[in-house]
Amino acid sequence: MPELTYLQAISDGLRTEMRRDKRVFLIGEDVGVYGGAFKVSLGFQEEFGPWRVIDAPLAETAILGACTGASMMGMRPVAEMQFADFVSCAWDHLVTVAAKQRWRAGTPVPIVVRLPSGGGFSGGPFHSQNPESSFAHIPGLKCVCPATPEDAKGLLISAIEDPNPVLFFEHKHLYRRIKSEVPEERYTVPIGKARTHRIGRDISLITWGAMVYTAEEAAQQLENDGVSVEVIDLRSVMPWDKAAVLDSVRKTSKVLILHEDTRTGGFGAEIAATIAEEAFEDLDAPVQRIAAPDTPVPFSPPLEKAYIPQVDDVVAGLRNLAEY
Amino acid sequence: MAVAREAEPVGSLHEVREAGLDREDLLGVYRNMLITRGVEERGHILYRQGKIPGSFYTGRGNEAASVGVATAMGKEDVGTPLHRDMGVHITRGVEPWRIFAQYMGRADGPTRGRDGNVHMADAQLGLIAMVSHLPAMLPVAVGAALAFRIREEARVALAWFGEGSSARGDTHEGMTFAGTRKLPVIFVCDNNQWAYSTPTHLEYATEHVADRAQAYGFEGVVVDGTDVLAVYREAKRAIDKARAGGGPTLLECLTLRMEGHAVHDDAFYVPKVMFERWAESDPLERFRTWLRDNVDMTDDEEDEISTGVKKLLNDALKRAEDSPLPEPHDLLDGVYASNEDLDTPHHK
Repeated sequence: MPELTYLQAISDGLRTEMRRDKRVFLIGEDVGVYGGAFKVSLGFQEEFGPWRVIDAPLAETAILGACTGASMMGMRPVAEMQFADFVSCAWDHLVTVAAKQRWRAGTPVPIVVRLPSGGGFSGGPFHSQNPESSFAHIPGLKCVCPATPEDAKGLLISAIEDPNPVLFFEHKHLYRRIKSEVPEERYTVPIGKARTHRIGRDISLITWGAMVYTAEEAAQQLENDGVSVEVIDLRSVMPWDKAAVLDSVRKTSKVLILHEDTRTGGFGAEIAATIAEEAFEDLDAPVQRIAAPDTPVPFSPPLEKAYIPQVDDVVAGLRNLAEY
Repeated sequence: MAVAREAEPVGSLHEVREAGLDREDLLGVYRNMLITRGVEERGHILYRQGKIPGSFYTGRGNEAASVGVATAMGKEDVGTPLHRDMGVHITRGVEPWRIFAQYMGRADGPTRGRDGNVHMADAQLGLIAMVSHLPAMLPVAVGAALAFRIREEARVALAWFGEGSSARGDTHEGMTFAGTRKLPVIFVCDNNQWAYSTPTHLEYATEHVADRAQAYGFEGVVVDGTDVLAVYREAKRAIDKARAGGGPTLLECLTLRMEGHAVHDDAFYVPKVMFERWAESDPLERFRTWLRDNVDMTDDEEDEISTGVKKLLNDALKRAEDSPLPEPHDLLDGVYASNEDLDTPHHK
């Protein structure tokens, strides 16, 4: 099996679907000649031509609105937002048209929006955000947040196959840092099924995206203390794998929820509320959350480091829970 | 100073025939206009009877514009009509009883009671359901045109908006993209001169909305929206041009909204003299006179058409009133689509 970076795995998934299905096309700013701001679609325009790898004007509403219209005519559009942050410009389209069309008018909108998200490299307030919880709140949208190269490919293919608008949050900090074996052939990873990243007995650590790696490092440190931490990678927050979370919580009786998005109204709040409703009797400690503080994402390295949850923060949180 | 082309009225019967309409077609257009107005007049009655929840919107005064453009569309063309464009639904063949059922929030309305008034469309007839954020539909129509362009199909998308909608960014983005790629889309502006209570000079600073087209790299045309034949001719030209690869057109149909924004609004802010002047060019009366003067529509023919329309609408009302109210138990169904939902005319 070849080793691919997270970024190469996304390219591989997209290329696989574009070769297999003529209805699939890519549209976005600078995705064609330039190959995308992060080079996910490098070489795509040469292979598929300018009408399947479309350099759009700087107009996010036009890009996503056009995807919706094209999808209604039988195409399978994949849009790239240059940065996840810029999806705010097309918020109205996604929330007003794409999310509601199937429910009210019976017309499915099978589109994929790729969203390079997340911080860790001084991107500042407008190139670092993780807006998945805002969209998870909108009935009709799906939100996928892969952490591994294998999942990135398999979930992207599932997203393209899915008959709904799917927001595909690809974490920029993983693009070139994370590399692992990825099957060469076409495969899918089901949307809505969590993955047990690490099996443990004492504490459940629920997370997704780049925080899976922060969680893993923290769990390794706790192992030296004799505390066994189970890391659950949700893979998608809408739909989210409630059963997997509750199963893990029932086993360990203590839970820490970790996410890179801000705390208040972040998706961790929904998970915590669900655990409180459905597994209260199984808990031996209050449900804990570690998340970014409720501020915009700061630019300067020491500020950003204070903002994004660090391994030490998670270790401290886990130790508190272990001692409870 | 106007930049857009200001279209002439239709000069002769010969010109109409050249544009593709024979006598039977012309009577059919008249019939569609009568149904359009009849549906909305009966809607008013239903509203006063307390049978329509929420508010009620009509396109009185816009019948020629909506029917004229829709008549010029090909069978495989698609469009995103708005709430003043009942004539598009009628011309494409939506059955009036389903529209009444929609008005009343019944289970047989196209949205099964999930959405109200004219927020509906029959995908089988090439229509896409509007949202309240009106210009949001322009980029959607542009996307339909993009699909036709990618697949090299000779199909055209029609995107409706109003002069109020012209102020929003979606309009600019949709037109920019369509212009740069010369996509087969026609932007149809129903300029009825009032966006709720806001007059045109507070919505745009050019003489016409269509003047903007030049800035996007395509043609703008202004037509008298009460003249169904002129609207048809200009829409046909634009659609034929787009189908042949000539790119978009912005077609502005100038009318007056002859009622309030919705049924609750008495439109006190519209000068009375304006209503009086535009009432003189009522689209139905205008076309009826033209048919009598130019194709010798007889009293008998006129009676037959109006009697037929009355019967159609009376039967439709009865059928709609027999339609059940929707059941709350399936409220959660269809928030997410299943693969079976992709079995539409376009996804096969």
